[in-house]
Amino acid sequence: MILDALIILIKLALVLGMIMNLAGLLTWAERKQSALMQDRIGPNRANIFGFTFYGLLHPIADGIKLITKEDFIPARANKAIHSLAPAVAMFPALVTYAVIPFGDILRVGGREINLQVADLSVGIIFIFSIASLAIYGVMLGGWSSHNNYSLLGGLRAAAQMISYEIAMGLSIVGLLMIYGTVELDDLVRQQGYLIGGWLPQWGIVVQPAAFFLFLCAAIAENKRTPFDLPEGESEIIGYFLEYSGMRFGMFFLAEFADIVVASALLTTLFFGGWQIPFLMADGFHLPGGFSLALPHLLVVVLQVAAFGLKVVFFCWFLLLVRWTLPRFRYDQLMRLGWKYLFPLTLANIFITGLIVLALA
Amino acid sequence: MAMVVKDNNGQGFLEKIYIPEIIRGLLVTSRHFFKNLFNIKQVPTIYYPEERTEVKWGLSPRWRGRHRLTRKDDGMPRCTACMLCATACPSHCIYIEPTESADPAVEKYPAVFMIDELRCVFCGLCVEACPCDAIRMDSGIYSLTEYSRANFLYEKDVLMATERGYKD
Repeated sequence: MILDALIILIKLALVLGMIMNLAGLLTWAERKQSALMQDRIGPNRANIFGFTFYGLLHPIADGIKLITKEDFIPARANKAIHSLAPAVAMFPALVTYAVIPFGDILRVGGREINLQVADLSVGIIFIFSIASLAIYGVMLGGWSSHNNYSLLGGLRAAAQMISYEIAMGLSIVGLLMIYGTVELDDLVRQQGYLIGGWLPQWGIVVQPAAFFLFLCAAIAENKRTPFDLPEGESEIIGYFLEYSGMRFGMFFLAEFADIVVASALLTTLFFGGWQIPFLMADGFHLPGGFSLALPHLLVVVLQVAAFGLKVVFFCWFLLLVRWTLPRFRYDQLMRLGWKYLFPLTLANIFITGLIVLALA
Repeated sequence: MAMVVKDNNGQGFLEKIYIPEIIRGLLVTSRHFFKNLFNIKQVPTIYYPEERTEVKWGLSPRWRGRHRLTRKDDGMPRCTACMLCATACPSHCIYIEPTESADPAVEKYPAVFMIDELRCVFCGLCVEACPCDAIRMDSGIYSLTEYSRANFLYEKDVLMATERGYKD
């Protein structure tokens, strides 16, 4: 009993540690990557005894700066809600991660450990219900500041997130129809099967259109360029206008945590989660008949590493998109969401349904 | 005429559906990313306080830096206090007080020659106006830093002590 609780605590610490550290690292990666993409050098000044560690000390310096800054609350703001909003924005990103499986079942000493914090039977539905709570952080932050501009920013953000949540939710319905499950670990396990003996049955293979629709909606849901109208760091004023210090930092970190969650979701749904092609529970089995037996522990470690690598790759990709594409205008954003993505997802569901029926 | 009029404003079908163009853009940026990731040395950034352009590339002879007053062989200023530079100056930043010279060959020279570098717009009109080549902007100094506004009133002794800033 105590051991079970301990295992869950360890899994929690592992997952939270990964997501928070990755989010913190992303604040560095975003600056460094954008610099490299624009032929610049990027952060390189913070140092300890002259060692800069490629600018890796900058996130720490930023953290110290944000915590020691004045924590300002506008005079006529709603103090309770104003203080609560950053936490509400941070919460969904952390909770979503609970149901994402980061490895296969680990067997140690006759005990089966599911490498997933909470094995919920509703899986993906839980993720979408929690993700829709993220609107509250943004809305409350904008509304409680007693500032017209931040209120407008909050409204912009809420309208955008609601619009794209529909496309996001509908884009994976086709995927659920093919795999016939909403449980994420089952979904990942099914992606390990091979089509015709050589092609892994990953989500991107069976639902390529859904991948692009989901990617697009996920970026919009994260409020990142080219859909960053809610905040628009460089020009428009966003919902966190009246925030300072670490409260602002939490909104900022929540955005990066959202990137990690979006990457994990993309990996889990479309890129086989912890699956490595041709790696079964007992080792590699290549289509040519070649096989290589591996111990169970090594297989699990490889799978967890594969999951981590895929997540990091998608984080990199989302940053790449953010620093490549220019921002949409607001009417273009709404037109894309409602007139293109929404009908396309419906068409995708319809066509997938026809194919599933034909194959059945 | 070698002029081509495109009636679609460069927006064919492939460009209108975005996705090929987005992929093209992503390829451009990721190419830069990987090129710089593996060879950061080729980035043209200059680490300013440690590295300087004039050291790395040299300044152009036409560069207009802080003013300096040239000297005659005997160390006196070439300036004859004719006030042409002060008259030409669009920002009225040159203040000259002429006085009689002890040398019978020279009529007058500036007792006070003061340039307010905060008002100066570095247009170079004073250099062009000067008939005696007494004022030049070839000191090569571009980073003017002082602790108070009063210190930016550069006097004759400072201006005369500055040498030509770069080789030909």
